[in-house]
Amino acid sequence: MRIKLDRTLCDGFGICGVHAPESFSIDEWGYASLAAPLAGSGEVPTREEDGVRRAVLDCPVHAITELPEAGRPVA
Amino acid sequence: MRTNVPAGARIATAYPGISPRLLSSGAEDEDIGAYRSGGGYRPLGDAEAFVREVEASGLRGRGGAAFPAGRKLRAVRDHGAEPVVVANGEEGEPASVKDRWLMRHRPHLVLDGLRLAALGAGTRDAHVYVSDPRSRQSIERALEEARRDPAFAIEVSVTQVEPAYVAGEETAVVQAVNGGPAVPTDKPPRPFEEGVDGRPTLVGNVETLANLPWVQRLGASGYRALGTERSPGTFLMTLTSPGGTGLHEIPFGTTLRSVLTWAGEDVGSVRGFLMGGYFAGVAGKDALDVPLDYDAFAALRSGLGCGAVAVLHRDDCPVATSAAVMAYFARENAGQCGSCFNGTAAMSAVLESLRDHKASAADVERLRGWSTGLRGRGACGTLDGAANVAAALLREFPETVAVHLDGRCGPCAAGDVRLEPPSAALEPAGHGP
Repeated sequence: MRIKLDRTLCDGFGICGVHAPESFSIDEWGYASLAAPLAGSGEVPTREEDGVRRAVLDCPVHAITELPEAGRPVA
Repeated sequence: MRTNVPAGARIATAYPGISPRLLSSGAEDEDIGAYRSGGGYRPLGDAEAFVREVEASGLRGRGGAAFPAGRKLRAVRDHGAEPVVVANGEEGEPASVKDRWLMRHRPHLVLDGLRLAALGAGTRDAHVYVSDPRSRQSIERALEEARRDPAFAIEVSVTQVEPAYVAGEETAVVQAVNGGPAVPTDKPPRPFEEGVDGRPTLVGNVETLANLPWVQRLGASGYRALGTERSPGTFLMTLTSPGGTGLHEIPFGTTLRSVLTWAGEDVGSVRGFLMGGYFAGVAGKDALDVPLDYDAFAALRSGLGCGAVAVLHRDDCPVATSAAVMAYFARENAGQCGSCFNGTAAMSAVLESLRDHKASAADVERLRGWSTGLRGRGACGTLDGAANVAAALLREFPETVAVHLDGRCGPCAAGDVRLEPPSAALEPAGHGP
């Protein structure tokens, strides 16, 4: 699973950090960035996939989107 | 050698002993006849061979990131879809004047570079992106001349935006050329993957592009006759000091001590520098003897960035300078990413209270934490630049920081506290920006 976080949309609700704390790093004002394992590629560790899916669905501003897997053509 | 000149005087001089590539030696505001008779607008035979030559030349981007120009060209050429090429002349950095100078005075050199980048990338679709009205006029006048020549071979449109620090970031360039606001977007996609009209896009700083005709003319090894192994060629330095603003063409590998001595500055009174425009923050006196080379300055944990250097003299306080630069970032960030608009405001508040001798040691420790913890948390580089400014001050001038915590800073106590960051002027005051 590959994701993108658009930080220009993030409004600092912090829900993603609750669902998938290893995938989202939250700053002291509540704003998210992708945590180190995901930075660059957006590749989600398998054990975090369920939490990240909930984060994608629950983000109030839709700042997180799932991307096509690297190397696969966009459907 | 030049002597000190009044603030804002326009000077454009090349370092002694080199034949200038970017600064014109002849009449200003070049016309196509002069440019062509000097060897410009040469037909491009084999585009693939030219791209290989750019790769071998080691040319690095002059907009600030120093990314290898050949690798960028290769990425869009080999992408598969037909690319678009954009000359980025939106010089948002207030300490730099070199891009505007090039567009105003050497528009054909810039357009020739844009032509070579487009043909090398495998396209005829090109854009020029500017904010400075005089640069736009100069580019459009040169375009009228170039379009009459069938050998020019590319289609160029011009996009003008309002000047802003963030407007020159490459995703802001793409968004603006696409008709949107000139503010950065988060990645992916990066412009080389999906940019103008959804096509792979090369966004090249105008000084980087202005080097391409020289790579074509001299070949990679001739291009490398000046500069260092990892930073070949020459670069344009915007040098700001109490004596005024100078624009100089300098071979990479020269030291700041040599440049300042040649430029008639009082090296003995130098306290440090503001490096890379505002992006790299302050550097101490040890920067005087480091070769001007991207990697050598990175090893100092500083940076050449866009080539802008402001000199801090004995009476300039690095805390006050850093506070002024941070206030600029807090004011001029795009206001999009929460970590950036909160982080720059927080760092600015601490630096201003430190400047005013009101900060506590705990405040400085919070600043230290933000200077590392906020890095990489913005969609563009603005927050990284702000983090660099805080980190550089704490690393390079710990004793001055201590004096601001526990004592009384001499220059600041003298009542001449700097509230505005150093900025460069292309024309004397009263003659426009």
